[in-house]
Amino acid sequence: MSALLQVSNLVTEFGGGGGHPGLKAVNDVSFTVSRGKVLGLVGESGSGKTVTGFSILRLLERPGRIAGGRILFDGTDIASCSEEEMRQLRGKRIAMVFQDPMMTLNPVLTIGTQMVEAVQAHDKVSKEVARQRSRDALGLVGIPSPEERLSSYPHQFSGGMRQRVAIAIALLHQPDLIIADEPTTALDVTIQSQIIYEFQRLAEESNTAVVWITHDLAIVSRLADDIAVMYAGRLVETGPVGKVLTDPRHPYTAGLIASVPSQNRRGEPLHQIRGMTPPINRLPEGCSFRTRCDRATEACRIMPGLIPEEDRSFRCIHPVMKEVA
Amino acid sequence: MVTSIIRRLIQALFVILAMTIIVFIGVNVIGNPVDILINPDANQAERARVIAHYGLDQPIWKQYLMFLQGLLHGDFGDSFVYGRPALGLILERMPATLELAITALGIALVVGLPLGLYAGLYPKRVSSKLIMSASILGFSLPTFWVGLMLIMVFSVELGWLPTNGRGPTMELLGTQWSFLTGEGLRHLLLPAFNLALFKTSLILRLTRAGVQEVLPQDYIKFARAKGVREGRIIGVHVLKNLMIPVVTIIGLEFGSLIAFSVVTESIFAWPGMGKLIIDSINLLDRPVIVAYLMMMVVLFVVLNFIIDICYTILDPRVRLDAKA
Ligand SMILES: Nc1ncnc2c1ncn2[C@@H]1O[C@H](COP(=O)(O)OP(=O)(O)O)[C@@H](O)[C@H]1O
Ligand SMILES: [Mg+2]
Repeated sequence: MSALLQVSNLVTEFGGGGGHPGLKAVNDVSFTVSRGKVLGLVGESGSGKTVTGFSILRLLERPGRIAGGRILFDGTDIASCSEEEMRQLRGKRIAMVFQDPMMTLNPVLTIGTQMVEAVQAHDKVSKEVARQRSRDALGLVGIPSPEERLSSYPHQFSGGMRQRVAIAIALLHQPDLIIADEPTTALDVTIQSQIIYEFQRLAEESNTAVVWITHDLAIVSRLADDIAVMYAGRLVETGPVGKVLTDPRHPYTAGLIASVPSQNRRGEPLHQIRGMTPPINRLPEGCSFRTRCDRATEACRIMPGLIPEEDRSFRCIHPVMKEVA
Repeated sequence: MVTSIIRRLIQALFVILAMTIIVFIGVNVIGNPVDILINPDANQAERARVIAHYGLDQPIWKQYLMFLQGLLHGDFGDSFVYGRPALGLILERMPATLELAITALGIALVVGLPLGLYAGLYPKRVSSKLIMSASILGFSLPTFWVGLMLIMVFSVELGWLPTNGRGPTMELLGTQWSFLTGEGLRHLLLPAFNLALFKTSLILRLTRAGVQEVLPQDYIKFARAKGVREGRIIGVHVLKNLMIPVVTIIGLEFGSLIAFSVVTESIFAWPGMGKLIIDSINLLDRPVIVAYLMMMVVLFVVLNFIIDICYTILDPRVRLDAKA
């Protein structure tokens, strides 16, 4: 069975065109997600995760455009879809939860209006039926007294509640694929757990594929089947979560893991990757991570390709190897 | 809600009271009405009689109190020129001005809103750039000049439309209206268009700016991510957000439409309040000037009040009873 979502060599640029090269916010990114699986898309802020998500939905705005690669959704090349075909995919078969819950709901429309329109955008049902479905979805994400909540406005909700509304909207049509862009970053820990549980159940019971964008490795280790680590627009490491998190190959992945607070190393100072992510218009030539990497050599001045190893791959010529103790 | 409405009403009363003082003092400073009221050849006794008749021999604070007292009874005194109650004179002329202002506002909305929406949605198109350039002209050309040009082109050269007066009117709700007769409508067209030009440009630019502010918002993108149709995104998500600044402008500008219809009414000899006030200022007809100014104050206060109430309907984040 082929994967539900197949992204191959995706390049997304801002600006450029007409012979000029643009800034590559996403550069040569490939991954696949199958039904019922969760992919954790990980990376520091600015590494191109959100842009990757918007590329899949073809929701990039003006200076942004897909400049290369191919996105296959359920066997269809997204690039070949008309605007109307894309609209029919969005929300119905591919749903997305945005990063900032404070901005995703229209301040002058009630929650009910914004949910009912989401139902009616794809299904010819009466307003009452649409409201009933909205109520059920709100209940599913743990919002108390959903009936009342439907007539509330976004400003009457906290950030966490708004994010749950956004998640409820994403669940309305039981989509095949959900792209969740840091959906729990704004939530407190107990709600975070609830939401993660809800997504797990969704993947298992409804066979939904999930791309979970986050910078939180702890969540990825709990939730995801596979992981894709991005750095400055490129994938630096991919593979099954278990393998990558316990035995990383790329020094950047290793650095990320070492900077997660952990119970086993209480009292020790936390590891920090030195330096800052360079902005995408001032990347060093060759490996983008070179300037922050302890293992870098002259040979890193040439960008390495993704090196496959069994069911995983990494972009490094000096990979970390776990010392066999 | 109710208490806040009462509070606002009290505030409004204070504003009006403060304005009565300003208006009264202001009008007393701009010239002595005695000079125009009295025949220069009149003898001393005659002079004194007229001054006493109008209360002009009293100290100014006493005149003010008398004025306030009259005001409470809707009595601004008789016009020096027409010898009839000033308020009545103004109310008589009001329908003509209202008709002109409402028509102008209608034109400004019907033309400005869609064009602004278009220019905001497709800013790169040549047609959008043309629209925006035209709106700069609408902004900067003086009303009287445009009025004269309109008369030159449509009346003198083409002979399509009449240049002055209201034309035949028809009665509705106890007053006379031009728009009910075909000929009256033809009379209304040029002055209304002249008055609308500036407001059209204003609404157009405001709408465009609003569209450009709303479109990049996350909630528009999220609506697209839900699969909502583009028509609904523009018609509901964008438009509902736009209505807030547009309603404010309509409310405030409606007042100034009436206040500034003076120029248009003068050019087109439209028998409204604006024409009356210009004549009254020329003749120093104090009661009429005062009554007119007070009418304007009340008008602006009432409009502001209505705008506030519209806000609470349009923008759920604004509540009249909200403290902050
Ligand atoms: N609208 C835009 N215009 C120009 N550059 C953008 C735009 N959106 C994102 N970018 C650039 O794309 C890069 C990746 O951004 P993003 O995908 O939001 O990162 P992440 O979600 O991983 O934090 C950033 O360097 C950012 O500067
Ligand atoms: Mg992001």
